[in-house]
Amino acid sequence: MPAVAETRKTVETLGQNTYKWGFETDIEMDIAPKGLNEDTIRLISSRKNEPEWLLEWRLKAYRSWLEMREPTWAKVHYPPIDYQDVHYYAAPRKKPGPKSLEEVDPELLRTYEKLGIPLHEQAMLAGVELPEGEEARPPVAVDAVFDSVSVATTFRKTLQEAGVIFCPISEAVQEHPELVRKYLGSVVPVTDNFYAALNAAVFTDGSFVFVPKGVRCPMELSTYFRINARNTGQFERTLIIVEDGASVSYLEGCTAPMRDENQLHAAVVELVAMEDASIKYSTVQNWYPGDENGKGGIYNFVTKRGACRGARSKISWTQVETGSAITWKYPSCILQGEGSVGEFYSVAVTNNHQQADTGTKMIHIGRNTRSTIIAKTISAGQSDSTYRGLVRMMPKASGSRNFTQCDSLLIGDRCGAHTVPYIENRNMSARVEHEATTSKISEDQLFYCRQRGLSEEDAVGLIVNGFCKDVLKELPMEFAVEAQKLLQISLEGSVG
Amino acid sequence: MNAIAPVGISPSAFLDRGDVKGHATRQKAADYLRTVGLPRAGVEAWKYTSLRALADVPFAEARRDVDAGAVDTLLAEVETISGLGAGASRAVFVNGRFDAGRSRLPDGVKVAAFDPARELRDGIDPAGDVTTALNTVLADDGLALVVPAGVDAGCLLLVSIGLAGEDAPVSFHPQHRIVVEEGGRLAMLDAAVGRGYYLHNPLYDITVEEGGYLSHARIQAEGKKALHLAVSHARVASRGVYDSFTLTLGASLSRHEVHAGLNAAGASVHVNGAQLLADHQHGDLTSVITHAAPDCISRQTVKNVLADHARGVFQGKIHVERIAQKTDGYQMNQALLLSDTAEIDAKPELEIYADDVKCSHGATVGALDDDQLFYLRSRGIPNEAARSILIRAFLHDVVDQIDDARLKDSLNLAVEAWWKREVA
Repeated sequence: MPAVAETRKTVETLGQNTYKWGFETDIEMDIAPKGLNEDTIRLISSRKNEPEWLLEWRLKAYRSWLEMREPTWAKVHYPPIDYQDVHYYAAPRKKPGPKSLEEVDPELLRTYEKLGIPLHEQAMLAGVELPEGEEARPPVAVDAVFDSVSVATTFRKTLQEAGVIFCPISEAVQEHPELVRKYLGSVVPVTDNFYAALNAAVFTDGSFVFVPKGVRCPMELSTYFRINARNTGQFERTLIIVEDGASVSYLEGCTAPMRDENQLHAAVVELVAMEDASIKYSTVQNWYPGDENGKGGIYNFVTKRGACRGARSKISWTQVETGSAITWKYPSCILQGEGSVGEFYSVAVTNNHQQADTGTKMIHIGRNTRSTIIAKTISAGQSDSTYRGLVRMMPKASGSRNFTQCDSLLIGDRCGAHTVPYIENRNMSARVEHEATTSKISEDQLFYCRQRGLSEEDAVGLIVNGFCKDVLKELPMEFAVEAQKLLQISLEGSVG
Repeated sequence: MNAIAPVGISPSAFLDRGDVKGHATRQKAADYLRTVGLPRAGVEAWKYTSLRALADVPFAEARRDVDAGAVDTLLAEVETISGLGAGASRAVFVNGRFDAGRSRLPDGVKVAAFDPARELRDGIDPAGDVTTALNTVLADDGLALVVPAGVDAGCLLLVSIGLAGEDAPVSFHPQHRIVVEEGGRLAMLDAAVGRGYYLHNPLYDITVEEGGYLSHARIQAEGKKALHLAVSHARVASRGVYDSFTLTLGASLSRHEVHAGLNAAGASVHVNGAQLLADHQHGDLTSVITHAAPDCISRQTVKNVLADHARGVFQGKIHVERIAQKTDGYQMNQALLLSDTAEIDAKPELEIYADDVKCSHGATVGALDDDQLFYLRSRGIPNEAARSILIRAFLHDVVDQIDDARLKDSLNLAVEAWWKREVA
């Protein structure tokens, strides 16, 4: 099979220069000493000027973390992590606010430029104050998390007028403590799992969104996460609350500079949807995956969960996962409200030595709840990719439905693709359907495209994009284009 | 603290017995039981089945002097369930021990007496799982049968009868070894029945050589209080066929684990099954099908019909090794819940390391389809009769996949008998 031979060859030639975002910003950082103990947590808490209850909450999480063991059930392998060899706090050093872009650290600007952030947004991200009345109106509000500290939040004013709160979570702790206190940890309890407990103990920043009753958020909300300093873990925490009848679409993009040592990333995302509320959460994750020999790369251990608390509420997760050396991630929905809806659309691409164990959990509690899972897995190089998903129908989930479809595509004979669905049904009238297939790119399809004059690379690109279409079409416009590019970049070396 | 400590038959006491003393494999399995013991909560392979019910039961060695009348009654029950009358060839085990008087072995096969000093064949890890380990340590008898090359040995009924008191639990651990040599054929119906409180822990060590054919259908209709922990290790050579079916009807807690290895090109296995459970029964069918050679075929259809508070578990893994190109694997798992208190837990799993394969699985879980019911009702069929037609059609679909006509008839009879007893 020439296709396979060629694929193999191109996989081998794939070098680390294909990681487009592998740059490092050299700016002054305020870094806590390595190691994790109660003092580190007190330091983080005091740097953030946090109220007493939050410190107590963190300490409680830390104490339960000490009792917990790292989960081993996922199909991922990595050397033991020394949790004492990590900086748990790193922040760009505070300077007086720049007056124009010329005064901004050029390194920081270059980072934004490479990320493709438009100039006027760059200015806002860097904290440059625009003259009165000169507010530009791009369709996306950006909250950039630069290592541990949210650098700036744009378009706050437009959002404020609509009544939407969109700010760093550290700021929300100061300004909306009652909201944070009420919802923080209510979807992912501090003792939920090893990584979630670790995150609760040491999280440094993240985004906070509150959409009040009946408000349709006027713009897509977006956050960029960057892991920048050496040996710092990124532990961001996102909390999104959408009240009755309100809706929001939230985009999360991740890139990390190229590093030799593996970096730890343990985020927690909590979503709360009340009656008739809807949340669309989209992620494009392209953290540094390590080089072609499996050296370096991000360890991505993330807990994402949404609670459909109110009747007819809806939470939709869409993810395109192309990065990270190791991915351990299961965005989930707790379908509590009657008639609530959960969706999970995922494309996971692994290449070289990447390992991904990702999927979802749909917990049906309320009556007539519905969930849809569409997962597309593409493995190339010597990577391993696993879909692991749970669908649970609780005794009261009468009339509930689930449909799951998992398709895996193997490119080359040195990779692995695995599907592990868990189906648990305790209600007679609940219906669960699951189907999964594993195959390679069909010779017929390839031949058809080649015959019409497409190069092999373009043909494979076309077929892979078609394979992922069901998921990509769920992405907001801005992301869909980026995601398609990303798929091509990720598979560039592997498919010729 | 998790280790199994059956009082009358503790592994260490058993291993002091003259004929098994110093048996390294048994010792290895005993060490496994002592150190690892019963699976802890959180052990992935035992996610849905807990063996806590076994932990502190003072199992004693099963009695040899059993009531002959009771044995004959149960044997007659097997004949009724299976439709295989007194004329069929049969191997009868009572409380795990071979009953020569009631057995009649088919012509042309080689049968050897069980040798306690014998070894497990290559490829079976005595310390791989608790079911295998428990059997390895305590195996005391079992069928050792070889179907010679080219011989069609017809149909054999393998019967296990368990007899115990209600309050004096016993356990027995037969180890059956069946080898079908090149081009040989055998259809084996394996039925387990019993009364009282006992643990039946059989191990099937199965080898199908080149072009051989073994159809192995099991009817597990143990007593209501019984515990049933079975494990099959099957190895299939080139062009060989192992067609297996497990029908689970009895026991309060049961698990049948099937490990099937496709070891040479062109081999095929079917690991089918149905679990019909009611009351508080717990039935677990777990399988690992390993494609270790190219061009092999595996097929699996498992159906559960669960009433009352029953809990059905299905865990099926298809593992395709890197070398196993052109693998054709298919797996289907369906469950029908007949009550709001029944539960199904299913984990169909694909683990694939070769790229040129065709593997798929599907699963559906739910109640009877309202549209189908309505269709039948609208044609004047009463509700109960309509339900009965649909449920039996659901089951017929999987029993129909048994290749051997004799075994298929037996299984259909057993399903009908269960239906009449439990539902009608």
